[in-house]
Amino acid sequence: MAVKLIIDGQEYEVADGITLMEACEEAAGKEIPRFCYHERLSIAGNCRMCLVEVVGAPKPIASCAQTVNELRKGPKGEPPEIRTDSDLVRKARRGVMEFLLINHPLDCPICDQGGECDLQDQAMAYGFDENRFEENKRAVENKYLGPLVKTIMTRCIHCTRCVRFMTEVAGVEELGAIGRGEDMEITTYLDSGLHSELQGNIIDLCPVGALTSRPYAFQARPWELAKTETIDVMDAVGSNIRVDSRGPRVMRILPRNNDAVNEEWISDKTRFVWDGLAHGRLDRPWVRREGVLQPASWEEALKVVADRLQSVATTRIGAIVGDLAAAEEMFALKGLMAGLRAPHIDCRQDGSRLDPKLGRETYLFNATIEGIERADAILLVGTNPRLEATVLNARIRKRWRMGALPIGLIGAPADLTYPYAHLGTGPATLRELAQGRHDFTETLAKAERPMVIVGEAALTRDDGGSILALAAKLAMQTGMVGAAEGWNGFCVLHGAASRVAGLDLGLTPGDGGLDVAGMIEAARTGELDVLYLLGADEIDTGTLGRATTFVIYQGTHGDRGAEIADVILPGAAYTEKSATWVNTEGRPQMSERAVFPPGEAKEDWAILRALSEAVGRTLPFDTLSELRALLYKEAPHLAALDVVEPAGTSGIETLARIGTDVSDTPLSAYAADYYKTNAIARASRVMDDLSRARLGGAAGAAGGEGIQRGEATGTDG
Amino acid sequence: MSVRRLDPNQPESFAFTPENAAWAETVIARYPEGRARSAVIPLLWRAQEQAGGWLPEAAIRHVADMLGMAPIRALEIATFYTMFQLSPVGEKAHVQVCGTTPCLLRGAEELKAVCKRRIHEHPHRRSTDGAFSWEEVECLGACVNAPMVQIGADTYEDLTPERLEKILDAFARGETPTPGPQVDRQFSAPAGGPTTLTELDYEAMARDYAARAGEAAPSAPEAHAATAGQAVASLAEASAAGAVAAAMADPPAGEDADEPANAGEGAGEGEGERASEDEGTRPVGLAAPRDGKPDDLKKISGIGPKLEGLLNELGIYHYDQIAAWNDENAAWVDNYLAFKGRIEREDWIGQAKTLAAGGETAFSARYEGGEAPAKEEAE
Amino acid sequence: MLADKDRIFRNLYGLHDWRLAGARARGAWDGTRALLEMGHDAIVEEIKNSGLRGRGGAGFPTGLKWSFMPKEVGERPHYLVINADESEPGTCKDREIMRHDPHILIEGALVAAFAMRAHTAYIYIRGEFIRERERLEAAIAEAYEARLIGKNNIHGWDFDLHVHHGAGAYICGEETALLESLEGKKGQPRLKPPFPANCGLYGAPTTVNNVESIAVAPEILRRGAAWFASLGRPNNTGTKLFCISGHVERPCTVEEEMGIPLRELLERHAGGVRGGWDNLLAVIPGGSSVPLVPAAQCQDLTMDFDALAKVKSGLGTAAVIVMDKSTDIVKAIARLSYFYKHESCGQCTPCREGTGWMWRVLTRMAEGRAEREEIDMLWDVTRQVEGHTICALGDAAAWPVQGLLRHFRSEIEARIAARQAERGARASAEAAE
Repeated sequence: MAVKLIIDGQEYEVADGITLMEACEEAAGKEIPRFCYHERLSIAGNCRMCLVEVVGAPKPIASCAQTVNELRKGPKGEPPEIRTDSDLVRKARRGVMEFLLINHPLDCPICDQGGECDLQDQAMAYGFDENRFEENKRAVENKYLGPLVKTIMTRCIHCTRCVRFMTEVAGVEELGAIGRGEDMEITTYLDSGLHSELQGNIIDLCPVGALTSRPYAFQARPWELAKTETIDVMDAVGSNIRVDSRGPRVMRILPRNNDAVNEEWISDKTRFVWDGLAHGRLDRPWVRREGVLQPASWEEALKVVADRLQSVATTRIGAIVGDLAAAEEMFALKGLMAGLRAPHIDCRQDGSRLDPKLGRETYLFNATIEGIERADAILLVGTNPRLEATVLNARIRKRWRMGALPIGLIGAPADLTYPYAHLGTGPATLRELAQGRHDFTETLAKAERPMVIVGEAALTRDDGGSILALAAKLAMQTGMVGAAEGWNGFCVLHGAASRVAGLDLGLTPGDGGLDVAGMIEAARTGELDVLYLLGADEIDTGTLGRATTFVIYQGTHGDRGAEIADVILPGAAYTEKSATWVNTEGRPQMSERAVFPPGEAKEDWAILRALSEAVGRTLPFDTLSELRALLYKEAPHLAALDVVEPAGTSGIETLARIGTDVSDTPLSAYAADYYKTNAIARASRVMDDLSRARLGGAAGAAGGEGIQRGEATGTDG
Repeated sequence: MSVRRLDPNQPESFAFTPENAAWAETVIARYPEGRARSAVIPLLWRAQEQAGGWLPEAAIRHVADMLGMAPIRALEIATFYTMFQLSPVGEKAHVQVCGTTPCLLRGAEELKAVCKRRIHEHPHRRSTDGAFSWEEVECLGACVNAPMVQIGADTYEDLTPERLEKILDAFARGETPTPGPQVDRQFSAPAGGPTTLTELDYEAMARDYAARAGEAAPSAPEAHAATAGQAVASLAEASAAGAVAAAMADPPAGEDADEPANAGEGAGEGEGERASEDEGTRPVGLAAPRDGKPDDLKKISGIGPKLEGLLNELGIYHYDQIAAWNDENAAWVDNYLAFKGRIEREDWIGQAKTLAAGGETAFSARYEGGEAPAKEEAE
Repeated sequence: MLADKDRIFRNLYGLHDWRLAGARARGAWDGTRALLEMGHDAIVEEIKNSGLRGRGGAGFPTGLKWSFMPKEVGERPHYLVINADESEPGTCKDREIMRHDPHILIEGALVAAFAMRAHTAYIYIRGEFIRERERLEAAIAEAYEARLIGKNNIHGWDFDLHVHHGAGAYICGEETALLESLEGKKGQPRLKPPFPANCGLYGAPTTVNNVESIAVAPEILRRGAAWFASLGRPNNTGTKLFCISGHVERPCTVEEEMGIPLRELLERHAGGVRGGWDNLLAVIPGGSSVPLVPAAQCQDLTMDFDALAKVKSGLGTAAVIVMDKSTDIVKAIARLSYFYKHESCGQCTPCREGTGWMWRVLTRMAEGRAEREEIDMLWDVTRQVEGHTICALGDAAAWPVQGLLRHFRSEIEARIAARQAERGARASAEAAE
C-alpha cells in the first residue's frame, strides 16, 4: 500500500510505514539533518534536529520518529503536507543548532573529528553566525572507555547513539547515561571500560568528536588520506572496509556499508589491526645459511628454492596454505604443485574435516549472513560466533531482538550476547537431536526456516566429519534443507578468510596426498623433504622446526612460519594487493591495493609465478588478468563478485547418509587468543593491549600511551 | 541538579537483611513475570534506608544483581533520581529544605540560612559531629504549608527559622519532634479553622451508615461495619465540638508551643494531660503477663523502654492485646498518653498484628539485628 | 460558594477517620457494585457527559481519554496507572486525598479500571510522599481485607491495585516518563505516537490519570453526570481542589466550584491577599508551568480552563501562587527556571540546553547584570524551547519566563538601567579620584 503526501509542494506516493524522514529523503530527495537518528539503531528522537513542518500540526514534528501513516489527511481528504524548508523549519533547526553549540567547545582545530564532523557540517548550514551565549560553557570530565575509544566528553551532544549501539547491537550493556538534565554524562560503570569486540563502531557513530579513535589520535586529518575500498581478512565474514592511507602507511580502517555482509559494523580486530601492518614485516628475501637467516636477493632466494625442489622426489614435497591467502596465490600454488606432481597440499590449516568433493554446500554458510534474519530457530554446534565471526554474531543478535527466536547451543558455554539453551557439551547431544530424541529437534522441525551453524570446534576434531554428517542428518530431518522455498539452513562457519576459496579451488590432498597433520608427521619422521608454507603460521611449527625438512615460508610477517624457514619469500598483505577472497557464505569479493608492499616484498601470485619459472614448470600466465582468466575457467563463480551462488543440496543429503561415529569428548571452547589469531594481529601493539586487557583485566590495557582518567577538558567563558 | 558522583569512601559490600530480601521478593511480585526491573526504585530505596540514609555503590550492584540488570542501568537510576543520596547523610537528620518558589515566597531562604549556619556551608556535607546534613530540594508538594522541610519520612511545615532551630535542637537530642504544621492549623486547612465542610453532619452520616451496614451490606464483613460506625461517631463528636480533632492535633499556637515536649520530660509532665479519660474506651488490661512472660513491646517501632513501662502499667503486656485494640481503644490510649495520634501514625496495631502472628516488621528486624535503637521517637 | 453537600472530598483536612469505616460512613464504597453494573462503556459515557477534564494539569477530557482504550482485551492486559507524582510547584492536593481519604481513590481506581477493562492498576506516588504512601498502602490492605478489591472480590471484577513510588524526579509526572519509571528505567518521556492507550505500560494498552480525576469518578457516577455538569460552566464543569499558596493571609487547599472568581477564592478561603487586594502583584493561577497573570488582570479573573487561557495562562493544576507587591518577581520566576533546569531529564536538546540557559540569564537579570538586548534574546530562547521538545516540560519551562517578559519587562529594564547607572557612577567616581 502506498501513502500519498505532499512534500514541499510536490505530491509523492511513498511506501507504507516509512518515516517522514525516509519519505522526505527517498521520495523527495530532501536532505534532513540529524544527529541522534541512525537507521540501524532504535529511534531516540532526542536531538530535535530533524524537525519538519506538518501543515496543520501545532508544532514541528521530529521526522525520524513519525511514520507517514500517522499523518492526518486534510478535511477534504487532501494528502498531508510536509514542509522541509519553511521558515518554521529553518527557525526550529537553527534553534536546535544553537542549543547544541552553546555548550560545545570551540576546539575544532585540535579535534580529530575535524573534517568529518556532523556538527561542524550542520553548523555551516544552520548555525547562527554570532554567539549569544554569555554564560560559562559546561566542562565534562572525560571517561575511561578502554584502549580503543578516546573520550573528550565536553564535546558530547547527548545523542545516545553510543549507548544504543552498545545495548542493542553489541549486546554488552556497559555504556549508559548517568545523571540527568544538562549534567547527563555518558560513561561505563565506575569507569570500568568497554568489553565488546564491536566497541570501535561507536567512534563512527559519534556525530561529534566526543568519542574518537585512541590509536589514530592526532595521526592525520581526513582530507590528507587516500581512501581505498577493500575487504577485511581477519575472519571469514569478509567485512567490507575502507582503508585510509597516507603515503606508504595505512592510517586507519573503517567499515563500508554492505547490508548482505557486515551492514556497517566491523569488529575491533578489523578496525584496529592496522598498526600490525607496519610492524615485523618481511621486506626482503632471506636464506638460511649455516643455520642463520641472511638477507638475500630475489634471484638467490628463488634459485635456492628451485634447486631444492628439483633435487628431491616430488612425492616428498608438501604445501600448506595459511589463513590469509587469497584465491589468486592459492591457484598459483596449486598450479605449481601440480606442475611438480607433488600430491601433498592442504588449505585446511586448522585441520578441519571438510571435503570439497562432497560439494560446496557441505562447507558453506548456505543460509547467508543476511539469511540469519529470516531464520526462526538456530542450533549452534561447536562454535563461538562472537569470537569466530564477531559481526555475524551481531546479526544473530539482531535477529534475536526481532523476537521469537529459539537458539540452542551444543558445545562449550560462552557469552554470546543473546540467550540460548545450552543443550549439551558434546557430539552425543547432537546425535540425540539427529535421532529425534531431544526436545530441540521438535523446535527445529516446527520452525519454518531452521538453521544449524557448525563451527571449528566441531570440524577440527578427528570425528569432525562425523559431527558434520550428524548435523547434515539433522538438517535433512528438520526441514533445514529443501522444505522452505529458497532456504538452506545448513551452515558451516569458518574462521579463516582463505578457507572457502581454498576448498573451492580444491587445495586438499589428492590421491596419496597428506593433509596438514600428515605432512607435519611426515616431516617429523623424515619422510617429507620440502614444505612450502603459503602464509601458514597457525601450525605446529615447533615440530617442524626440529625436523630436517626444508621449509619455504612465503608471507608478510616474521612470525612463527618465518622463524623456522630456510628461505623466506616476502609477500603482500591484504591491503597491498588486488585479490579475491571468498567468505564463509561463498561470496567472492575483491580487495584493492591501498599501499604498496614494503621494501622488496611482492604480490604473492607473482612470487609463485617467478618460482615456477625457476623450477622450469612455468605457470601459464604472465599477468594477474591472465591468471584470473584461467582461475575463472576453473571456478566460474569467483568471477561473480559479491554474489553468493546457491550451492545446491545434494552434498548435504550425501553427507547425511555417512556413518556417524562420534566420540563423547566435549567440544572444546574457543581457545585462541582472540586478538592474536594471525600474524598481522600478532604484530599489532593495539591488539596486544587488548589481549592483555582481556586476559589480565583493565589494568593491563593502558598500554604505552597515557590514558587520561577523569581529566576534564573544557573551555570556560 | 548538579553532577552527582558516588562517594569516594565506600563500604566493601552490601546485602539486604533477610527481612529486606524477603520484602524485596514481595515487591518484585507486584509486577508481571519478567518485569522484575520495575522494582528497581523501591529496592534501591529500601537499600538506602538499610544503609543509613544513603546509597553505597555496593548496594547499587546488589540490587542490579537481584533484578538481573546491568550495573550501569542501576547506576543510571541511582543518579537520575535525586532522592538517592550518593554520600553519607547526617546520622540524626538530613534536612531537605524546599526552595522552590511557593516556599521561597514564604521564607525558604531563611530556613536555608539556618542550615548553612548550623550544619554546613554547603549542601550534602555533614556537620562536624556528623549528626546533620542538609540540601535544598525542589518542590515537596506541601505548598500551602510553606515554608517547609522534610526530615526522614516526615515533613515540618509552616516553619519559621526559630521553629526550625527548635526542631534541629530536638533532633540533636535524639528526639523526633511532632511533624506536620508547626502553627495552629489542621493540615492544609486555613489557619483558624476550615472555611468549608463545616455544615455536614458527620454524626448522622455515621449513624446512617451504621444502620445501612446493620441491615443490608452483605458486602462488608460485620466486624468492619460495627467498629467503623463507632469510630466515626467518636471522631465526629470531636469535630462537631469545633475543635481540631484530638487524634491528630498539633501543639497549640503560642509561646509555649514553640518548645516541643520531649520524651524525657513528657513522662513527668504528662500526668496532668493524661487525666481526661472520657475519650474512647480503655482497653481491657491484664493483671500480669500471661505465664509471667511479657512480649518485648519495644519491637514495635515507636515504643521504647519508658512507653513499655507505661503500657505495662495499663495491663498491656502482649502484642495480641495491642493487635486487638479497636479505634476506640487506640484513641483512649493515645489520649491517655497524650500521644496526639502517634499510635495511628506509627500503626502500632498493624505492627502488633504482624508480631503477634509471629512475623517481623522492618523495624523489629532491625531491632533484632541490633541496628535500631529502641528509642522513643517522640515526645 | 460550593455547598458542603456538593463537596466530594469530605475529609480533606483529616478531621475524620481515614480508614475504611470512616470512608464508608462518608459515602465511599456505597453501591459500587451497582456502578459497575452500568457496564464498561456506560461508565465511560457517563464520565464523558459529566464534562470532567483531567485534573493533572492538561485538562484533557477524562471520559474521552478512557474511550481511547481498546474495546476488547487482546493479547496484552489493560492497565490503569494513577499519577500520584504530584510535583508541580504550588500543587499539593493529591496529597490530601491520599492521606485523608484514600478509599475514594481506591474505589475510583476500581471503577476506572473496570471501565477500561483493566484488572491491574498501579498508583505511582512521588517518593517524597512517604507517609502518604504508608497511608495509601494501609488503606489498600483494608480494601483487600474487606474483599472490595483483589481476586474474587465482592464487586465481581478481579482487580489488583499496587502502590509504586518514585525517587525524586518531577518529570515522572509526565505520563510516558512515568511509565518508563514504572518499568524500572530513567524517567525519560517517550515519543508519541504510539500513545499509551495503544502501547503503554509494558507495551500494553494503558491509561494514566491524575489522582483527583480518578477520585471524583465514583461520586460522579453515584450522583450522575448531570449533577457534576451542573457545577461550574460549560466545558469547565464540576468541583476542583484549589491550592492557594504564597502571599495570602491563610494559605490552604480547598474544594470549590470550577469557575469561582479568583478574588472570591482568595478572600473567602485564604483570608485574602496579604496586605489587602490592592497589594497584589501577580498570581500564577495553575501551578508553576503556567504564565503569571498580573494584578491588573486579576480583578475579575475566573478560575477555569477557558477563562485562564484567554489571559494567556492556564488552570493547570489549579495551584494558585499569590505574589504581593513585596515580591522580587524576577527572582521568583528565576527560581522556577532553576526548578525546570533541575528537573529536565536531559533527553532532548532544546530543554536540556535551554532550561539552563534561561535560568542563568534570568538570574543575572534579577540582579540587573544583563544587557537590554538580552531581554529579546531570552524571549527568543523561550521560543526556541517551546514546542520543540518530546514532552511538555520544555513548554512548561518556557511559559513562566514568557509570562514574566510579557508583563514585567519594564521591571527587568529598570534593574538593568539601575545597575548600569550604578556602574557608571562608580566608574566616574573612580575616574575623578
